[in-house]
Amino acid sequence: MTVNVTELQFQAQAAESAPALAIEGRSQWQLTWRRLRHDKMAVASIVVILLMALLAIFSPVVAALLHHPVDVAYPTSGLSAAGLPVSPSTHGFPLGTDNIGRDLLIRILYGARVSLFVGISTTVIATVAGVTIGLVAGYFGGWIDTLLARFIDGVLAFPVIVLAIALAARFGPSLLGIIAIIAFFSWAAISRIVRGQTLSLKEKEYIEAARSLGAGPWRIMFLDILPNLLGPVLVLSTLAIPGAIVFEATLSYLGVGIQEPNPSWGNILSEAQSTYQVAWWYVVFPALALLITTLAFNLLGDGIRDAMDPRTERIFAAGGKAAKKRRRAAAAAAAKPGPATPSATEGN
Amino acid sequence: MLGFVRFLIRRIIGGIVVLFVVDSLTFFLFFSRPVAIVARQLAGRAATPAVISEVVSNLGLNQPLRIQYWHFIIHLLHFNLGTSYFSQESVNTLVKQDLPITASVVVGGVVLWLIVGLGVGILSATRARSVFDRLATVGVLAGLSMPVFVLGELLILIVFVLLAKHGITWIQPGYVGLSAGIGPWIGRMIMPWITLATVQAAIYTRLSRGSLLDTLGEDYIRTARAKGLSERRVIYRHGVRAALTPVVSQLGVDIGSLLGGVIVVEQVFGLGGLGQALIGAILNGDLPVIIGFVLLAAAFVVIANIIVDAAYALLDPRVRIS
Repeated sequence: MTVNVTELQFQAQAAESAPALAIEGRSQWQLTWRRLRHDKMAVASIVVILLMALLAIFSPVVAALLHHPVDVAYPTSGLSAAGLPVSPSTHGFPLGTDNIGRDLLIRILYGARVSLFVGISTTVIATVAGVTIGLVAGYFGGWIDTLLARFIDGVLAFPVIVLAIALAARFGPSLLGIIAIIAFFSWAAISRIVRGQTLSLKEKEYIEAARSLGAGPWRIMFLDILPNLLGPVLVLSTLAIPGAIVFEATLSYLGVGIQEPNPSWGNILSEAQSTYQVAWWYVVFPALALLITTLAFNLLGDGIRDAMDPRTERIFAAGGKAAKKRRRAAAAAAAKPGPATPSATEGN
Repeated sequence: MLGFVRFLIRRIIGGIVVLFVVDSLTFFLFFSRPVAIVARQLAGRAATPAVISEVVSNLGLNQPLRIQYWHFIIHLLHFNLGTSYFSQESVNTLVKQDLPITASVVVGGVVLWLIVGLGVGILSATRARSVFDRLATVGVLAGLSMPVFVLGELLILIVFVLLAKHGITWIQPGYVGLSAGIGPWIGRMIMPWITLATVQAAIYTRLSRGSLLDTLGEDYIRTARAKGLSERRVIYRHGVRAALTPVVSQLGVDIGSLLGGVIVVEQVFGLGGLGQALIGAILNGDLPVIIGFVLLAAAFVVIANIIVDAAYALLDPRVRIS
């Protein structure tokens, strides 16, 4: 235990003059991105989502290539003699036709436009509204907070779909109306989380410091508190997209959403119900498109959450034996009141 | 005991207020729809203005709003839900007709939902990282991504069509009452139950698995093991009981989304219950039917929430009802 002062000074000097490029600090986002990149499921879902988006954007090109415009029916080539849809890859229809002889593939691709547009735009609206309201309610408290909590409870407790159908029927179905309705029912979940986090963050010392430096409430909310919430908000938003897509599909399926002849996965499936006994492809392909898309967004959201917080257990990421061995080693190291770490400092 | 009675009375009064507010909101939301649309639909396409105005006055739609609202409230206090604009049947009769169908769907769906959701969650948590757990996780993700109606249509496509091809006609679409025997009833209802329960069960598997894993990591579980209790007793008496309380408190919230699922399930399988009737009424603007059914749904949610809260207090002795 004879550590002399000069030795310490020497060490400190050495540390200071060490080349700065040896260790470069990584930001939280860089770390998250690195972890996300190694998550096979998350990468696969990103690829699927991008592919779906590209197909949606370029669906008019696909339609032009196949010479099958989206709302043109082919009663002669697209329907069998009995007037039923033709099966996949007959008469140049890759996925077959629908009940009046339109190209099912093109209908599904155009449906992807509606689904992705509704999913992403409602999520953006709901996120902006949810974050703002959650921050305000959490930071100021008082009657805004009470009102918000009551509203969230009310919306969560009541069958949302009933209210949504009522609103859609009352104000007439339109794309903008549907986006407004879905956004109206989606922001509350986000703002509840943001509110809770704000409540605990606003008691932290750095907020006190900001306030003592003269920062106003809006500056504190959006510049000091919000950056700390971006992680959870990103996860919530990613997971809100499949919810919104399902919501739109359900409304369209029930006949109060996107209306024929505009295609949406919901109204395609609703039409398919009448011919399911003879035309399996008419049900299976739009259902698959919907499932693959929502599954991809759910997997991506889970992946981002895992990447943000490496402590959460990951079922798929690290496979069986290696992970088990590592965990056991870690548990053993933690359990042993071992001299492993102190011995290194006693070395002098 | 006195505390419990007081709790019940307070919750029932609160529930009545909620029902009143919900119904009044529904009334005004739909009343603001122009009455002429309903009247024109009823009077037929070639109706003269005189006929339309007669229809309007027959329905009492020409009276001022506050008088109509007053009548509506008075009727409500007499448990009279009014008469459908279209079928001229009393809403009470419609409810009595359709309630058994919807109740069949709800009861079976809830039982399946809780058994599968909690059961798989508990099994997964006690066998964390086993093959079963991994399969369950995949299943949960698929269930969460699956819209109710898509699952229903796929089940119809795969099960009905395939089974019918192989001559198995036990499972069929459409509704048959319990009076036709328990076998046919289950045969008709099993698909709607599976459809309704799947999404909810997925959520609850995830919830209960996470909650039980957290609980099993607590110190008192180690204490229970250390004093030599059997693993079974540790998990079920000490672990599951504590782990289920947050799950039960979530239950009250999810009753609402369950009812939403019921509407879709009835539509998919063509069962013709309250949900399907409600959609029809909303699309037609059949105000009395809408209000009656919405009131019923709200009452169900309120009562279910009171039961859930009471059960919560029974499960968790720290929660005192007061």
